[in-house]
Amino acid sequence: MEFIQKNVIMTEKEVHRALTRVAHEIIEANRGTDDLILLGIQRRGVPLAALISDIIEKVENVKVPLGAIDITFYRDDLSTVGPAPRVAATEVPMDVTGKKVVLIDDVLYTGRTVRAAMDEIMDWGRPKIIQLAVVVDRGHRELPIRPDFVGKNVPTSQKEIIKVRVKEHDGCTEVVVGEGRA
Amino acid sequence: MALSSKDLIGLEHMSQEEITLILDTADAFRAVFDRPVRKVPIMRGKTVVNLFFEPSTRTRISFELAEQRLSADIINFSASSSSLKKGETLRDTAENIAAMKIDMIVMRHSSPGAAQYLADVLDASVINAGDGPHEHPTQGLLDIMTMRHKLGSLEGKKITIIGDISHSRVARSNIYGLTKLGAEVTLCGPPTMVPGAMEQLGAKVEFDLKKAVRDADALNILRIQLERQSQMVFPSNREYALMFGIDEEVLRTTKPECFVMHPGPMNREVEISSAVADGPRQVILDQVTNGVAVRMAVIYLLSGGDPGSLAGRG
Repeated sequence: MEFIQKNVIMTEKEVHRALTRVAHEIIEANRGTDDLILLGIQRRGVPLAALISDIIEKVENVKVPLGAIDITFYRDDLSTVGPAPRVAATEVPMDVTGKKVVLIDDVLYTGRTVRAAMDEIMDWGRPKIIQLAVVVDRGHRELPIRPDFVGKNVPTSQKEIIKVRVKEHDGCTEVVVGEGRA
Repeated sequence: MALSSKDLIGLEHMSQEEITLILDTADAFRAVFDRPVRKVPIMRGKTVVNLFFEPSTRTRISFELAEQRLSADIINFSASSSSLKKGETLRDTAENIAAMKIDMIVMRHSSPGAAQYLADVLDASVINAGDGPHEHPTQGLLDIMTMRHKLGSLEGKKITIIGDISHSRVARSNIYGLTKLGAEVTLCGPPTMVPGAMEQLGAKVEFDLKKAVRDADALNILRIQLERQSQMVFPSNREYALMFGIDEEVLRTTKPECFVMHPGPMNREVEISSAVADGPRQVILDQVTNGVAVRMAVIYLLSGGDPGSLAGRG
């Protein structure tokens, strides 16, 4: 499917401003950085988590443990869409039991990825709390899941496609909206 | 990219890309073994039947573990306690099992082509766990996975397979897989066990062990099938050990980084000396660990539906 871009809805600067606010909200909501672990969801959640971790370090002078999680083996749609093309690394930096885990992803849509990520984290231990931070919440949830920290709420139609681009994978950082054409 | 077939019969007809996809996926599953819960839920609700018409310990346990770690439901079947004794044909046995609505059959059978036959008549996926002397693709894949961990790319690497090549499905799967990934394969053993026609598969045949191991990056030592010794393919175990057994003396003539593999079960002091089997140059237990990961990868990759777009699963 071809992606037809319509608008840039967040520039690199705006993404960074939003992440800076989200980083501050994470510290504020958790009253500091004690027991925090940031886990980026593969693939774009991982560099976004690193950006948030950098901002927290600047503000609080603390390096928060940073990890990555690939939800491929926890998906609920193997029968309908088949195996994923490539499985990326899951790296959980420490035992999550009793810790405050902040999951970080680019877009929150149906909520199914987050469901899979939460199940996966539970297999690593029993966190005290799991929170969710996303750059864009585009609505259309299929599960009772809500984000704790949101960069930008973007009401969309289901026909639309939201892409969060990050330097590490796409060469630039921005958020665009568009449509697919078969 | 996905696998092009619903079945895994052998490596002969697989592409290099497919083999690489399986190995990359196996690496991801290998990492799951280091987690607190060594199990993922991806195959929940799928049923796999292990159909073993020939005795097997390691391969069968490895497949069972792989299936359990994917959360599949498992049925085990062994020929000794089945209706085969009552004269039922392979096709009838398999069709009856398939009629109970299962998703996959893992089969070991003594006849070459048995797995292909089942794959053709059943809608369920079929994984060949060894069909006579033909192929044992998951063993080939786990051997290649182990070599890839040690050597990085296999392009231009020299792999020597030693032993009873003519009866060995492991050798065949190794030759097909390794040559596709660009490795140079040398076969070595007594002429009664290494038919010259094997060169048609793209491997070199060398009857002199010293020459066969001199430049090798890895040695894959096959089990001497003592149960076939009635055919007198070599005079005695002792003579075989002297001429083709791998001991520390042989290893002194190889490159220092050359490592030793064996698919098991080993005949110690026949094809491999205990000093080598327990020594620092062997990766035999790595092979066993990798076997579970490779089988998880194959089962996972074969059990998808239509491999369409993953877009918008957020």
